[in-house]
Amino acid sequence: MPELSALGVALGALTAAALLAALLRGRVLALVYPVCAAAAGLIAIVDLTVLLGGGDLKAALPIGLPAIGLHLRLDALSAFFGIVVNGGIVAASVYGMGLDADHDLTPRVEPLFPLFAAAMNLVLVADDAYAFLLSWELMSLASWALVLARHTDPESQRAAHLYLVMAAIGTAALLFAFGGLAGPAGGYAFDTIRAHHPAPLVAALILTAALVGCGSKGGLVPLHAWLPLAHPAAPSHVSALMSGVMTKVAIYGFVRIALDLLGPPSWWWALPPIVLGAVSAVLGLLYAVLDRDLKRVLAYSTIENVGVIFVALGLALAFRANGKNEAAAVAMAAGLLHVLNHSWFKSLLFLGAGAILHATGRRDLEGLGGLIHRMPRTAFFCLVGALAISALPPLNGFVSEWLLFQAVIAAPELPQPALQFASPAVGAMLALAAALAAACFVRVYGIAFLGRPRSLEAANAHDVPLIQQAALGGLALLCVLGGLLGSVLTWAIAPVLRALVDGALPAGDGPTPLSLVAFDPARSIYDAPILALFITISSLATAFIVHRVSERRTRRAPAWDCGFPDPSPATQYTAASFAQPLRRVYGALAFSARDTVEMPPPGDLRPARLSVVLVDHLWRIFYTAPGRMVLAVSLRLNVLQFLTIRRYLVLMFGALVILLSIAAVTT
Amino acid sequence: MNGYDISHLLAGAMLVTSFALLYQDRIAAVLNAFAMQSITLALAVAWAAWSDDRPDLYITALIALALKGIVIPLALHRTVERLGIHHSVEKVVGVGVALMVGLALTGLAQALVVKVASGTASHAREQLALALAIVLLGFLMMIVRRNAVTQVVGFMSMENGLILAATGARGMPLVVEVSVAFSVLIALFVFAVFVFRIRERFDTVDIEALDRMRGDSR
Repeated sequence: MPELSALGVALGALTAAALLAALLRGRVLALVYPVCAAAAGLIAIVDLTVLLGGGDLKAALPIGLPAIGLHLRLDALSAFFGIVVNGGIVAASVYGMGLDADHDLTPRVEPLFPLFAAAMNLVLVADDAYAFLLSWELMSLASWALVLARHTDPESQRAAHLYLVMAAIGTAALLFAFGGLAGPAGGYAFDTIRAHHPAPLVAALILTAALVGCGSKGGLVPLHAWLPLAHPAAPSHVSALMSGVMTKVAIYGFVRIALDLLGPPSWWWALPPIVLGAVSAVLGLLYAVLDRDLKRVLAYSTIENVGVIFVALGLALAFRANGKNEAAAVAMAAGLLHVLNHSWFKSLLFLGAGAILHATGRRDLEGLGGLIHRMPRTAFFCLVGALAISALPPLNGFVSEWLLFQAVIAAPELPQPALQFASPAVGAMLALAAALAAACFVRVYGIAFLGRPRSLEAANAHDVPLIQQAALGGLALLCVLGGLLGSVLTWAIAPVLRALVDGALPAGDGPTPLSLVAFDPARSIYDAPILALFITISSLATAFIVHRVSERRTRRAPAWDCGFPDPSPATQYTAASFAQPLRRVYGALAFSARDTVEMPPPGDLRPARLSVVLVDHLWRIFYTAPGRMVLAVSLRLNVLQFLTIRRYLVLMFGALVILLSIAAVTT
Repeated sequence: MNGYDISHLLAGAMLVTSFALLYQDRIAAVLNAFAMQSITLALAVAWAAWSDDRPDLYITALIALALKGIVIPLALHRTVERLGIHHSVEKVVGVGVALMVGLALTGLAQALVVKVASGTASHAREQLALALAIVLLGFLMMIVRRNAVTQVVGFMSMENGLILAATGARGMPLVVEVSVAFSVLIALFVFAVFVFRIRERFDTVDIEALDRMRGDSR
């Protein structure tokens, strides 16, 4: 099969690039990126043929555990996620080609980049638990090493440490999940696992373990804490991969386990992903909207998007468990399309953040501003990304969110009261998240690109090399096309929907060939091209009228001069002041936010100070408290390190005698 | 009197010497009791070799007799002489307590084997129970003695119990047997070097001295 050999060649090329780059130094390292782009593009083409043409690719390699080997399989689901992953890799690699060969290349990043890419692809094609866990761990370690790229920076060290701990917990949980799936017989091949269905209690444990394992990698609250530290710590094109793509591999893991391997779902499987997803969506954005670091804002927004996707997956499980396969297909399509869309606009925004970082050397929003004049193309592409992530029509983010809301609206038809009650609440939380997302990206875009520069660096910024702009532009184009051609995308993922939930979206019933229909044409239609046409015409008309009606003579005057005589850029809105109303509304509830104003007495020349204290309750509850407990227990047990030889013997002997007594009594 | 009675007699005699090891409070006497136990082991193994017609067990018996019946006790005697500790004995718990615990352990071994090995023949079960009791008593001896030399003896006594169990189970191949014998010999060397080093350094072979040296005696 030519596809199989193409896949092998591409993976081999990635591995070879990683190995060679580990030996080489200097400018020649730049060659890694064209190789990665070519290999990922090749794999994406193979994925596309498998997705559209049907027919799985299978291979068994004689390496790995004896008598098990390494099974690989590329089915429709893997192929879909493969397109997501490799699209992100191509974009990041193209961006990487524009890195400054003299300053930016380091042997700490370039050899690991192809390794990371290959590991993510391997996770997708793994067809037994051993291959899956091996490549999963390879992916974790490669990305961990990439987080440590600036290893002298204490913040990177902290991020990498936290990430390593969370990755270890996640992999351990997945180990348990696959152990439970394999059952006492120990059949680790996915085919064997599919054939046997675990008991309800075991299934619940497996689902919990899968949620912990994949949720910790994807950033589901409360396992999210490493994400906003680790994603920004890596170089920007790697951040784009980690945030835009690696989280999708985590979602792939959950889909594979919950919807494929675990057998026919029960309705209550849906509750944890729905509830955690909705909480992640709202909290992720509350964090994002209050943060000042550009890349950290993007990482927090990833948490929101992963939450949205988990809600969709949960709804798909609920519908599927009740035999409503059409509705399950709508929810699943929403989830999968959001996976695809998020990988595009999040990669775009992270690469845009990388461009800003490259141009100004700053990540803090308070030091940016006015970049639209200095980096016009980047500003335009980032605007497309910001609009798309805010789910505004006719861009791609709207398509998946629209499908998701269709599924949420259909959820009260489910027979279980728990789901009936949960769905309006979840719908409200998702609506809140959507509004917060818009606010968040208005803030990011407005502060970074509009207004006047808030620092010397921002004032002296220059646009990035053309090839990096091309990477941004390509992704922006995809965001637009994905928005216009949503119905084509749902047609393309139909094999995945059939395989996972045995349902399909109604096709070809809409008024135009490109209209997207969720349930039936009488109820819900989204016609992106018509909407786009309407938006274009109405905005052009508005612009025309405004220009006509307003005075046409060109006047040049200082910006914001109306009642604004102070020329200092410090008088503009800042990131913190823009977020202040939201902080007032939600901060007290979510973060126990407290503002204190310190007013000097009359006659004192000191300035008044406003200070804000935010408490991260999730960190306190889920990280500090367990950490303290572990410390307390280990302090207690520390005594055991310093016993005498004889006491150790007594301990061993006591344990032996107790075990023997138990054996004597119980058997 | 059939063959099983004799093998049980010999195994029982070994158990009695185990109690003697616990009871003795002079090092020279402890070494003699150990030598007796090893010689009894050699007899038991030889008897098993003759009655079951398994000539390879003669080698095991020979190794037990030569190494643990004669060479090691003599070597330990010499060590004790050279160290000048032949009448010092330090016990952590009293003889009475140690013997009571030993009795309880023997009972435990009996109860355990009756439960666990209920499928096997009764004579093999008895043999196994006795062997397990000897192992547990050897371990107990390592705990209740403070002197390095007597700890070595406790360790060797555990190993005697293991060999007895292996003989009864008709399992242990000769290769394993020989390698165990060598490992015991090496353990003896290590212990001996260790004991002399402790002695050189601290003027005593009381292992509590090591803890004092480490600074957290308790």
